[in-house]
Amino acid sequence: MDLDIATLLMVDGITTGAVYVLLAIGMVLIFTVTRVIFVPFGDIAVYAALTLSALEAKHAPGTAALVAAVAAVATLMEVTSLLRHGKARAVPRALAFYLALPLAVSGTVWAASGTDWPMPVRIALAIVAVLPLAPLLDRIVFRPVADASVLLLMIIAVALHFALAGIGLLCFGAEGVRTQPLTEAALTFGDVLVSGQTALIVVAAASFSLLLFLFFNHTLTGKALHATAVNRLGARLVAIRPERAGTIAYLIGSLLAAISGVLIAPVTTIFYDSGFLLGLFAFVGAIIGGLTNYPGTALGALLVGLLGSYASFFSSSFKEVIVFAALVPVLLWRSIATTHSEEEIEE
Amino acid sequence: MKRFLRYTMLGGALLAALPARAEITVGFVTSLSGPASSIGILYSNGIKAAHLYRDAVAGETIRLIQLDDGSDPSAATRNARKLVEENKVDILIGTSSAPSSLAMAAVAAELKVPMIAISPINVEASQSGDRWAICVPQTPALMMKAVTDRMAKNGTKKVGYIGFSDAWGDLVYNGAKAAEAGGHLAFTTDQRYTRTDSSVTGQILKVLATKPDGVLDGGSATQGALPLLALQERGYKGRLYGNPALVNADFIRVAGKSAEGIELPTGPVIVAEQLPEGHFAKAPSLAFRDAYQKANGTPSTDSFSAYAFDAWLIMTDASKRAMAAEAKPGTPGFRRALNEAIFSTKELPGTEAVYSYTPASSFGVDARGVVMVRLQGGTWIYAP
Repeated sequence: MDLDIATLLMVDGITTGAVYVLLAIGMVLIFTVTRVIFVPFGDIAVYAALTLSALEAKHAPGTAALVAAVAAVATLMEVTSLLRHGKARAVPRALAFYLALPLAVSGTVWAASGTDWPMPVRIALAIVAVLPLAPLLDRIVFRPVADASVLLLMIIAVALHFALAGIGLLCFGAEGVRTQPLTEAALTFGDVLVSGQTALIVVAAASFSLLLFLFFNHTLTGKALHATAVNRLGARLVAIRPERAGTIAYLIGSLLAAISGVLIAPVTTIFYDSGFLLGLFAFVGAIIGGLTNYPGTALGALLVGLLGSYASFFSSSFKEVIVFAALVPVLLWRSIATTHSEEEIEE
Repeated sequence: MKRFLRYTMLGGALLAALPARAEITVGFVTSLSGPASSIGILYSNGIKAAHLYRDAVAGETIRLIQLDDGSDPSAATRNARKLVEENKVDILIGTSSAPSSLAMAAVAAELKVPMIAISPINVEASQSGDRWAICVPQTPALMMKAVTDRMAKNGTKKVGYIGFSDAWGDLVYNGAKAAEAGGHLAFTTDQRYTRTDSSVTGQILKVLATKPDGVLDGGSATQGALPLLALQERGYKGRLYGNPALVNADFIRVAGKSAEGIELPTGPVIVAEQLPEGHFAKAPSLAFRDAYQKANGTPSTDSFSAYAFDAWLIMTDASKRAMAAEAKPGTPGFRRALNEAIFSTKELPGTEAVYSYTPASSFGVDARGVVMVRLQGGTWIYAP
């Protein structure tokens, strides 16, 4: 391997890693606020990519109908629960948030699907189309068991992943898609040619990580999320509603997933079931960061991308094995280095 | 008198309850969900076209029962068992992946029901020496021999290989590598990637580092385009070779210009219109295209649905001969007669090949079942 190849592989690894960074940060955000290891996270990214591709082909994307159906179920659950607790006055508000808003979104996407919009509009539509999905699924699937153990929540999340992958097959078909490139531009750094697409992915990952940092440190909502993540009970005592914090976490998480889906769709072929491996690689990155620490997660995700890229050069058949095997020393080190607090054991 | 009447009525009722019609029941298993569904749905479309094309043999109607195996070999086993034990099918056809088809073939041999496999599998004879399953598709070795012959003809000597890291990738590689014995060409790399990979830059760099004259793509369907796109990105100008699993409308859409000029082996049905008059596959292929359009409302562009259609042709051809042997559908005797008839199929032209089976082997396709095609301007061109 000469220097040229090493640089090319590095660029490739950083590109893939940048996508994992977005996904991993979203996963950590959702995990810290809701204690759910949101396995179907990759599926959300894939849904965004497939929706974008459907919009390009001027088909009505299956996501529109799916969001409407999920919204109907969530509304039914929310309204029933409100009425049973004698909070009839809160029903109109629930209807607005759980039914009207998602329906407005899916209606817009549905109505817009037949027209040939410029690319930024299509991308915005694709991202908006999948945004309501995770918060609504949270309402349906996770909120009724919000206080269950992390393990139970994770097993439910795995089941949800299989459901979403199946629904993806139903909505988008079995064939893979590849969307039009976001940009044809190419940059040269010395001898290395970097495609505009690659640069865009890295810039997007960096700027969204920065935005998230600002959000957590400089807005009240961000601080409330942070507080919920640190201690749910304590947050509740200072009048932060964990449910609301959870919904916001899912919204931001889906935004990150949707963006990474849109970014990766022109680079590779996306299938309805590609989300699992994407999510798994991002999850490895998140674990390297300890599932709590954002800079650590970002570094971990980049590392996974680089490792995958070099592994594919040295021994392509063992690429996955090499990446996942990297988890073993990390876990060993973490279990030795971190001391468990009383609170965690109690749980 | 009254009692007599009652007994006759009872007898009549009993007779009516028995299946009076001796229709042929076909149990068809395919993957309508799961990872193999992109092929499985095509098989299902193909069998629908076949049923529309010929729904009766010698006056007996054919009943088709279709089950989904979810791309899971254990579900394929369960389905095969259910079809034989509950639905009393006379023959099994299936399914979309090799492992699942092998699992079904094991059930077929155990329950003594003939089976037509539409995935490339090798069926071993049972301990008593009889076989209960045949395989329709051309073997990968046969297909890849056509490619390596073409490489020799084109003067391609050093070939880089990149393919899936699964059984299909192995079959393509081993099939092509067999040609190294001829001394005309050598493979310089054996690079692998998975269907869900987002980049093959590493593998392609390794391939290009060996400076090959040609690259063989061992991927399948849409994701088979990934190496070609990466090669284009790196400015590769050499020849491109592929395998039959790349024949797919979405592959052409995704690969775009990067696949221009790729040469690959496939069944004649893909280029049915371009075949010379008098080619064995022309008439059956055009009949298949027509039936497919009628049954599914879309034109057929793949070779998978044609395998299902050919399985049906073999089945109906054999049933005709089995029924001539006075066997009644729905009985073990008919199943055995049908199996014997299938294994004595001689020179039956289908959409993909000329089928001849003997009890000694479950493969019945020769080199006539493979044509070379080239991708030009987004369509496959017959390139004999």
